[in-house]
Amino acid sequence: MMFALGPETVLQLILLVPGLGAILIGATNRFPNLRDALSLLIATALCALAVWLLLDHVAGGIARLQLTPIVQGLPILFVAEPIGLVFAVLASALWIVITAYSIGYMRKNNEPHQTRFYICFAIAMASTMGIALAGNLLTLFLFYEILTLSTYPLVVHHETDAARRAGRVYLGLLLSSSILFLLPAIIWTWFLAGTLDFTRGGILAGKIEGTQAAILFALFLFGAGKAALMPLHRWLPAAMIAPTPVSAFLHAVAVVKAGVFTILKVGVYIFGVGFLASVQASEWMLWVSAFSLIAASVIALGKDDLKARLAYSTIAQLAYVTMGVCLATVMGMVGGAMQLVTHALGKITLFMCAGAIYLATGKTRISDMRGLGRVMPFTFGAFLLGALSIIGIPPLGGAWSKWFLMMGASDAGHLAALGIWMLSSLLSLAYLIPLVARGFFLPLQEEEDRPQAQGREISVIRLARLREAPLWCVVPACITALLSVLVYFAGPAIAGFILPALGP
Amino acid sequence: MTGIDFILAHYNYSASIILMALGFYIVISRGNLIKKIVGLNLFQVSVFMLYISMGKVSGGTAPILTGKPELFSNPLPHVLILTAIVVGVATTAIGLALIVRIKDAYGVIEEDEILVMDRAREQLDARSG
Amino acid sequence: MILQHLAILQVMLPLLAAPLCVLSRSPLLAWGIAALAGLFALAGSFILFAQVLNAGVISYHIGNWAPPWGIEFRLDAANSFVLVVVSLVGAVCILYGRRSIEREIPEDDQPLFYTMLLLCFAGMLGVTSTGDAFNLFVFLEIFSLSSYVLVAMGAERDRRALTAAFTYLLLGTIGATFYVIGLGFVYALTGTLNMADMAVRITGMAGSGTLRVAFAFMIIGMGLKLAIFPMHLWLPNAYAFAPSIVTALLAGTATKVALYVLLRILFTIFSPAYPFESQTLQYLFLPLGLAGVFVASIVALFQQDVKRVLAWSSIAQSGYFLLGVSFASVGGLMASIVHLFNHAIMKSGLFLAVGCVVYRTGSCSIASFRGLGHKMPWTMAAFVIGGLSMIGIPATIGFTSKWYLILAALERGWWPVAIAIVAGSLLALFYFGRIIEAAYLQPSTDDSTITEAPLSMLAPMWMLTISCLALGIDSELTVSAARAAAEALFLDPHAGLPAHTGP
Repeated sequence: MMFALGPETVLQLILLVPGLGAILIGATNRFPNLRDALSLLIATALCALAVWLLLDHVAGGIARLQLTPIVQGLPILFVAEPIGLVFAVLASALWIVITAYSIGYMRKNNEPHQTRFYICFAIAMASTMGIALAGNLLTLFLFYEILTLSTYPLVVHHETDAARRAGRVYLGLLLSSSILFLLPAIIWTWFLAGTLDFTRGGILAGKIEGTQAAILFALFLFGAGKAALMPLHRWLPAAMIAPTPVSAFLHAVAVVKAGVFTILKVGVYIFGVGFLASVQASEWMLWVSAFSLIAASVIALGKDDLKARLAYSTIAQLAYVTMGVCLATVMGMVGGAMQLVTHALGKITLFMCAGAIYLATGKTRISDMRGLGRVMPFTFGAFLLGALSIIGIPPLGGAWSKWFLMMGASDAGHLAALGIWMLSSLLSLAYLIPLVARGFFLPLQEEEDRPQAQGREISVIRLARLREAPLWCVVPACITALLSVLVYFAGPAIAGFILPALGP
Repeated sequence: MTGIDFILAHYNYSASIILMALGFYIVISRGNLIKKIVGLNLFQVSVFMLYISMGKVSGGTAPILTGKPELFSNPLPHVLILTAIVVGVATTAIGLALIVRIKDAYGVIEEDEILVMDRAREQLDARSG
Repeated sequence: MILQHLAILQVMLPLLAAPLCVLSRSPLLAWGIAALAGLFALAGSFILFAQVLNAGVISYHIGNWAPPWGIEFRLDAANSFVLVVVSLVGAVCILYGRRSIEREIPEDDQPLFYTMLLLCFAGMLGVTSTGDAFNLFVFLEIFSLSSYVLVAMGAERDRRALTAAFTYLLLGTIGATFYVIGLGFVYALTGTLNMADMAVRITGMAGSGTLRVAFAFMIIGMGLKLAIFPMHLWLPNAYAFAPSIVTALLAGTATKVALYVLLRILFTIFSPAYPFESQTLQYLFLPLGLAGVFVASIVALFQQDVKRVLAWSSIAQSGYFLLGVSFASVGGLMASIVHLFNHAIMKSGLFLAVGCVVYRTGSCSIASFRGLGHKMPWTMAAFVIGGLSMIGIPATIGFTSKWYLILAALERGWWPVAIAIVAGSLLALFYFGRIIEAAYLQPSTDDSTITEAPLSMLAPMWMLTISCLALGIDSELTVSAARAAAEALFLDPHAGLPAHTGP
């Protein structure tokens, strides 16, 4: 290597690489192959940098980068800390996968404006990195807003009337909630504490109490509109109008994760676990998120459109994180962070599978997907793994997040939360598994049209002639499905990595 | 001092206020643009009077150096109002020039008729937009 | 030598350049003269600003007559900062103007147009620099009279510019006359016209009825010029029908200068205790400010013409200034001054972008913006950045304004006002959203070949856009300047005052 990589250089690079990448992608507009190769390369480089930073942190390094002040006394600040690093590595790794998948999807589907698509992806990725590594709330807020704006062109990708309407809901809800709730919450915090730095043990202890603390906490939770807490969830189903890679990106890599990540950071580093528990600011928000969880699961059950069902499933799964934070216990926070990781892996798999099914068959409704498992076994296999992880069945990653969350609930003595989670696991089983079961065990729709096949059930899985989506689309889904399995084994290590950050 | 006496003693103020109110009323109430300008002039002139009468010192003469110690009026308000008169004339000139252009463009100088034309135009714009 | 007289030169040079423009007869030459004068004023204002920050108040005595008898140009942290704003926006507008004026003004009138532009510019610089209350009126009228003419020049495009200019003339003159009446009463009480001297002599007269009348007249007069709700009726038409360049100039400077004069009256002539403690002006300004923000923003939502949307948005922004002032604290005043600077930059930038659109399409209705996102990418990018700044997205200067306004509201414990401020910026999201959506997501109505605006227009516009971003990312400069200005106005209005012996 020509020059020594210091932590600061890496921090700079991690923001610059996707940023400059966006420009390079724009410059190679006329050469699609070069452009797509470049996208992959940038994603890989970014992931390598994030891993470097993670290893550096494990080795005891403290990466910190301070830039110009946005307002007096509040610089743009980046600090590498465990939860952020986990998010950064996760997001950058999934970006590689989603880029590969996008290349397959966008080409097969002959989508227009592909260059704009990749540029926006790269900018969104840069802002995700900014969010993950932000050292104070204002920096986080800055990149949070850039993320909203840079994903807007992705949501309205098709530029149809429907896309415009969806874009209005998307931008309107996300910007409104952040300006109306998050910004006042941030300024209020600054006014109270005189700092916005993410500090172990929080910065608000002793500065605010009682109802005011509860209001401030609620402002943060609703302000992070990307966490899609009901009733601010409408943008998420609306954004389903976008191409599937975008949906996967919104749900797994960047947007919703940025929302719950913000909530986690606020819970851990602004309020602090101990203070949050002592002022009981989060008690009533726990019930709001519990409602969000159950309501979204029930709505998901009723959706026939696969992407819509997955969208509501995401709303429900995000509420797990919010509830984990609201429990105000160390284990609850760990569970929240784990949920962020495992849900990302699970949900990205599900979305990529949904996209693959659409590419191969043109089908979007679950009721039309009978028997497809027999012609698309890899896709449906991956879907099964992702679904099981989200439900929380070992040996899949999701089991760990549910495990830590339940530990957190019992630490807090919240038996009601335990009950709600059990109910919700059952519900997720009910809305995810039938698709797989019917995919494998019912005959294909086309066969069904023949009279003798009507109503015939098959007791063994019989593979028909394979009709999978392009390799570029199937392989990434399989990879993330396998990663879900791997995370199960890495679970304790991740939890151990995060744990020290949660103490005072 | 009774109320009446007070007003009489400050008759210059009363005159200014009456003129000012008249001028202001004309600006607001008249539809004819020229009359509006006339009102505006009255309005401004009332202020000039206010200033000049303020500068008067009872028993004082014109402030001209004669070598003898004399009581004279304060010249500064006069000077100020000289400037203000120039400004007033310029304003009137621009106002009248505008009225000439308005007459060319609309054919009328009645405010309500112009408003009707503008409204019609706006509705036309809204329909085509 | 030049440095010593810079305070006056920087007003006189544009003033003297104005008749040169008449004589030049050639549009290009006139533009050159105007641009030189503008750049000189810009450089001068920066030098003066630096001097004030380093060495304190500059007091220049015209004709070497010592104040309070002679006219004094008095530059402190507050007005030297406003001077920078005015000359920056003015210089950028003049540089940008050549092509835009070529398109919108008949060739014979162009040198005269530049004359008026320079007079207007010089008037504003004079209002900002002078320390003499009557001299201020004279400069105010120079700038107002020329701006009536400038607005009327839009008649080439739409005859409604004439009526707009006429209304502007009536209300502007009434406003200025009100100011003069108030000044007359203060003069009758104090016998001085020098603002600093006035301030000293007023102390102890708080109970005087005459003073109260004077105060009311002056505030109302400036309120008309600043287009405080509900005295804003002249503004939307004047902005909508004036030539693009004039709108950009007026939006960036005219209301800012009026605001500055208002601040001078409130804080220097009447020290802060008078307006806010003895007259409790905040309870008038606060509701008016809030009403201005909401009424004007909601009206902006329903406009079909982009210039009108921006004009109504300007009225809403006047509401924010008023809110900041009504907090009656250094924090609030600083927020107002930060917003004064920031709004000048972003609103002028936006109007210049609209100017580019008018240059190419000849119209500025929202319908004519359709599809421009692809046809005029640079113009629309600048427009989007300006819009984001108006909404208050972080890393733009609009965010800095909102931040300090909300912080000042919280400092006073007025949290409902803080909520109102964020709600107001949300309305900006909707009225800008409409335009930007049309530009990027709606196909253009005709398939005419519209291309990007010429570089000579893009470059000055992007200067404002880039400063909109750069000063948003690093606000140290503006905020510390605004803080110095606010402290100069609020804390110690009589600091560094020479001991005058009365006449």
